[in-house]
Amino acid sequence: MANTDTSTSEARPAAAASNSRMALLAPALGWLVPGAGHLIQKRWIRGFVLMACVVTMFALGLAMNGKIYKPNTGDLLEMLAFVGDLGAGGLYILGRMLDWGSTAIAYATADYGTKFIVVAGLLNIMCVVDAYHIAIGKKP
Amino acid sequence: MTLALQVSHFTAAVTFAFFASVVFGITQRSAPRDMLRYGAYCFAVFVLGMFAAGWIMWFLHH
Repeated sequence: MANTDTSTSEARPAAAASNSRMALLAPALGWLVPGAGHLIQKRWIRGFVLMACVVTMFALGLAMNGKIYKPNTGDLLEMLAFVGDLGAGGLYILGRMLDWGSTAIAYATADYGTKFIVVAGLLNIMCVVDAYHIAIGKKP
Repeated sequence: MTLALQVSHFTAAVTFAFFASVVFGITQRSAPRDMLRYGAYCFAVFVLGMFAAGWIMWFLHH
């Protein structure tokens, strides 16, 4: 009985450390690769569906010649659009590295595409927060 | 000129509503059945809101 108590009390700090590690790792990974924060916690279906949604929205935005915003201090809406774009994490970094979405918004479809890219980033932020909630045990 | 995907405003709005609703459903509810129901609810609100906004703009214009 005493042995069991000892092992339980030893297991608790280990589990807490593992949880706090996951609470940092899952959101960071989820930001970098959409859906990965769920996948690392073995929420396979949720992870793949979220990944498909965010990546498809981002790709559709680019296919419509949407614009990826760079850091700027100009118009307030452009600064907010940059923050939204940045939410897509790895997709944003990849897009900037490969110079995607650098064309001017010249027609209506390109404007829709720009909104798709911004919203893909904002949706990814929701996924990151959800992955964090799973990691801390607030959500199953 | 770069070739771009050309879609109507309606198609873009419905596609947007679909993906946003899926993410809302998964992230805002805990049980799979609730996720489906909330996702469907969000999609319906998006699409009905789009029609309502369209009609309001039409009445304002005429």
